[in-house]
Amino acid sequence: MTTVSSVPREVDRIAAIRPLERPPEYFSWGRYPRAQHDSIFKAYWTDQLEPILAAARPESCLPFGLGRSYGDSCLNSGRSLIDCSRLDRMLSFDRETGRLWCEAGVSLAEILRVAVPAGWFLPVTPGTQFVTLGGAIANDVHGKNHHRAGTFGLHLAKLHVCRSDAGVVECSPWENTDLFCATVGGLGLTGVILAAEIQLKPIQGDEIEAEAIPFQSIAGFQALAEESDKTFEYTVAWIDTFSGEQPRGIFYRGNHAAGFHPDRKKRSGVKVPFAAPDFLLNRYGLKLFNSTYHWWKSRRSAASNVSVDSFFYPLDAIRNWNLLYGSRGFLQYQCVIPESRCDALQEILAGINRDGMGSFLAVLKRFGSVRSPGMMSFPRPGLTLALDLPMRGDNTLRLLDQLDEIVVQAGGAVYPAKDARMSPETFAASFPAASEFRRFLDPALSSSFWRRVTRS
Amino acid sequence: MEKIVILGATSEIAQQTQRLLAGQQKEMLLVARSADRLQSVAADLRVRGAKQVIEYACDLADVSQHADLVSFVLQHFPEFDTVLLAYGTLLPQEKCRHSVELSLSEWQTNFTSAAALLTLFADVLEQRGAGCIAVITSVAGDRGRSSNYVYGAAKAGLNAFLQGLRGRLHRSKVRVLTIKPGPVKTPMTSDMPQGGLFADPVDVAADICGALENGRKEMIYTPARWRYIMGAINLVPEKIFKRLSI
Repeated sequence: MTTVSSVPREVDRIAAIRPLERPPEYFSWGRYPRAQHDSIFKAYWTDQLEPILAAARPESCLPFGLGRSYGDSCLNSGRSLIDCSRLDRMLSFDRETGRLWCEAGVSLAEILRVAVPAGWFLPVTPGTQFVTLGGAIANDVHGKNHHRAGTFGLHLAKLHVCRSDAGVVECSPWENTDLFCATVGGLGLTGVILAAEIQLKPIQGDEIEAEAIPFQSIAGFQALAEESDKTFEYTVAWIDTFSGEQPRGIFYRGNHAAGFHPDRKKRSGVKVPFAAPDFLLNRYGLKLFNSTYHWWKSRRSAASNVSVDSFFYPLDAIRNWNLLYGSRGFLQYQCVIPESRCDALQEILAGINRDGMGSFLAVLKRFGSVRSPGMMSFPRPGLTLALDLPMRGDNTLRLLDQLDEIVVQAGGAVYPAKDARMSPETFAASFPAASEFRRFLDPALSSSFWRRVTRS
Repeated sequence: MEKIVILGATSEIAQQTQRLLAGQQKEMLLVARSADRLQSVAADLRVRGAKQVIEYACDLADVSQHADLVSFVLQHFPEFDTVLLAYGTLLPQEKCRHSVELSLSEWQTNFTSAAALLTLFADVLEQRGAGCIAVITSVAGDRGRSSNYVYGAAKAGLNAFLQGLRGRLHRSKVRVLTIKPGPVKTPMTSDMPQGGLFADPVDVAADICGALENGRKEMIYTPARWRYIMGAINLVPEKIFKRLSI
């Protein structure tokens, strides 16, 4: 009977390293482009990453979390993905100091579930809570408080990164600083982030005191931003892209309110049953949606207390809203433009209008000047605009190329986490640190995005 | 159910069940083979609200380690009221059916060691006159199929063992709960093409917690549809069944 206990160990070893048999298709959030992966590894334990990477061929693998990157930065066409979403254990939480140490596959939603009742909140949160901690770091995400808190990467105490050439390396703002700075915003290419320690921020309540104020032009937006950024922790605006070069919009601002509401009813989380038919997404449909939305939100601007969920994550209420864009998927476009170049922003809005494209949800935000440690971090001082465009083939791609030109000329940048099509030139102009960043690439890792923007 | 001993605490179904129990501020003593993995699982449950989590690493398939385990439990977690047995292995059937050695190891892990361990815990609870023994078996034990009868035989044995144990322990007010999951998306099945009938471990865990909480349940299928599927499968005459490649 001596072999009895050694056989299951053998099983674990095999299961750890072998890819899944007939795995499901892995998509990015925009469902464009589609990728055929050669194999999918599903990691259940952090100790499995070292053998997976050690056995990997050069430039063959990419860590994958919850697939909320829009374009192809989370895809690895023709090669392998390592699904890390099950590395979701929280390893320690100091309720006195707000330090949370967890595996990198844990979602921000899970963190909030534990942190909020204890009086802590994410120091920075993107517009969805269904991203992993590792994804938030690899994209150095930002939120409505960028003008105060900067990016996600500024609130990390340490990381464990597993590299194919060095094993598990601990890095932080004080130790192995180079690797830390490359990994924050490093698109998952500097090694697999196994675990991270994050400094949460204290809150006095689980609601946001929010206001919604209509505005009628970019200047109107800027005036509101100028005034609000001083007294409000969170600011962001929605704009109606069908309303011309001087767009109307709604400016949202808010602060944490005091008081906890443990009995607040959880949202049910509606699901889109299948990909929507394309005719729902023609310009008239979008125009109607935008006008109605503006009218609805302009009715009153008085301050009101709203839940954290509805203030930060309105779209999370529809679990797979990306399917509303139909089977061809959609493109998200986010750029940042120096504030002195408002004319470029107007040119972009004019460009979208001219093509009759328009966007369901266009978001405008003024980034602050807090610098991220991330070498490849996207946010920088200026105005950032994010658009969703249904994929309509070459027309859509051509329009976005034109927008790139305007952005690059104005000295701006395009956001990789949302990109599916920018050229190597646009990427180089957006990220001058890319050549230095190359030194930190893990030799076993690559992505569809990376091969696309670095092809010569 | 406030204090639960979980045997095979790093199994995927056990982990998801433990998370639900942690959310209800339960106390747990977790047993698993790998001390490192167990440590991360236990840490996670503490953060998620478990009132107390005790770890104990040993190889449950090795019967010679059982006595030490039981005395550890009696010493450090004496007031436990529930035992959940959740470990098991599923080696590829193609390999097992020609190998006595692999088959024996499957039976050792899935039946012999499990029945041996339950024998010890049954005595403790019987003496106490209260408690619950819950065991994750499988729909594979309901009828032997050519595609996995080696594993199925062990689970069938375990089902029969539990039926008898239920009869014995019911006199001492100890409940025996047989949990029969259909195929679940876990590392154990990652070598199989996971089709539409594969359940999410989170859903299976919710069913298990529901059955643990409901003091009257004695046998559940999870997801519940497997009660009907297996009911239908059991009706097929052997003459026809032997020709089916399922």
